[in-house]
Amino acid sequence: MLNPTLAQRDPAAASRLLLTLLAVALLWPGLGLSELDLGVLFDGSNADTMGTFLAGFWPPEHGGEFLALLWQATLETLAIATAGMALALAVAIPCALLATRALSISALSRGGRPAWWAQALRWPVRGLLIVLRSIPEIVWALLFVRAVGLGPTAGVLAIAITYAGMLGKVYAEIFESVDPLPARALLGAGASRLQAFFYGVLPQATAEMLSYTVYRWECAIRASVVMGFVGAGGLGQQMDLSMRMFAGGEVASMLLTFLLLVLLADLLSRVLRWRFA
Amino acid sequence: MKVLSRLLIPAALLAAVIAAFAFLQLEASALLSREGLGQMADYASGFLAPDLSPAHLRAIGHGALETLAMSAIGTLLAALLGLLLALPAAGRFGMLLQAASRLLLNALRAIPELVWAALMVLAAGLGPNAGTLALALHTAGVLGRLFAEALENTPPAPGEALRLSGSGRVAAFCYGTLPMLWPQLVAYTLYRWENNIRMASVLGFVGAGGLGQMLYMSLSLFQEAQASTVILAMLLMVLAVDSLSGWARQRWVRG
Repeated sequence: MLNPTLAQRDPAAASRLLLTLLAVALLWPGLGLSELDLGVLFDGSNADTMGTFLAGFWPPEHGGEFLALLWQATLETLAIATAGMALALAVAIPCALLATRALSISALSRGGRPAWWAQALRWPVRGLLIVLRSIPEIVWALLFVRAVGLGPTAGVLAIAITYAGMLGKVYAEIFESVDPLPARALLGAGASRLQAFFYGVLPQATAEMLSYTVYRWECAIRASVVMGFVGAGGLGQQMDLSMRMFAGGEVASMLLTFLLLVLLADLLSRVLRWRFA
Repeated sequence: MKVLSRLLIPAALLAAVIAAFAFLQLEASALLSREGLGQMADYASGFLAPDLSPAHLRAIGHGALETLAMSAIGTLLAALLGLLLALPAAGRFGMLLQAASRLLLNALRAIPELVWAALMVLAAGLGPNAGTLALALHTAGVLGRLFAEALENTPPAPGEALRLSGSGRVAAFCYGTLPMLWPQLVAYTLYRWENNIRMASVLGFVGAGGLGQMLYMSLSLFQEAQASTVILAMLLMVLAVDSLSGWARQRWVRG
């Protein structure tokens, strides 16, 4: 291989070229379907409108009245995330208890594998959790906006439903991942399932559950801002309004507030996790 | 300190939850009254009979293809832009460019896809083009950062050996660094593509094409039956992508 005449050409060039051609052939119809056109961005009138819009970004709007509105919207976003998480927990914990295999009595005599009928009884709950979390939260938000009207209620319900699905699944898995022997000993000695859960499973699972819950709360804040764009209240709804009015300064301050909020939530969640975990 | 964490933090959390409910003044009584529940049931019952007529299914098929195309092209553009920004962000062209490109990557990443989509609809008009650009911009921020980290962790020896034996900078990068980087780049890009498929299906809510736009339209026109089919299609797509990526990961990553 040290012979320079041999290394003149890339030996793998042909196969790479073929792979690239294949990828291009597969993606070619995609170009048509996605109507990709970068030229639109620099097209005369569009570029002018965008230019004035972006030029309005500096300075960010900071009038007293606007700041009061911004403060209200920020509080609303935080409240939506917190209230949604509280409702989600109220749904997720019972569902997780119903769905987990860790508290199965029929599994006691079978080395940890529940009987088939016991598994079949758990499936409806698992299926419900799958459906709840597989539909994106913003779709739920859109549906609830049509059902209960514009405003934070739709956001709270959407977060509650989606996050109940996620938390329920993860909690059930956490219960199954801890050491099963304490719970089995309790169940075998005649304790009720709830007693076995509180004294056999929960002490081992608390740290992980808390850390995941706090992480999800952080996600809920981001989601509640995004859901505002379909009318579910909070910062997002204000941002949508300002964008439609091409008020660049207002959009800039709101984006800055959003970034600050996400940073603070990240910080707080790190502190809480460090405290509990 | 122990008292603090045992009592004070739970009490503060409880207070925060109560304050949140108080602040929002949720009209739970109106929502849970007989009338409110009846209205909700009425609304929900419209979704129980999905519209499965061939014409609508064909429209959904087109919407799903559009969603897939948006996510694929958006991710591809993002990978190219990300790699372009990752090179300076990994410190290859000096400190100044490194700081600037990192700032740019952070800004691209911090703004959610849907906000980008709303901005792009203003800049480029309604339709899938706006969605593709929005996905490309946000994902470029995410991938650029991941690529830069991968680039920093790649052993520099092969590239340096090529440079020392007289090859150009581009050739040294292509034949010394890229082959070791390549598997990671592909893995990250595929992972983001998976995310973007899910995201592309909802970007339409702000007018950026795909299945989301169909859902938004049919809900605005109070066509619950049509909307319900679109939701089913979204659900199927998410589940299919999940199981496909799970299967692929087990087959190729842990295999």
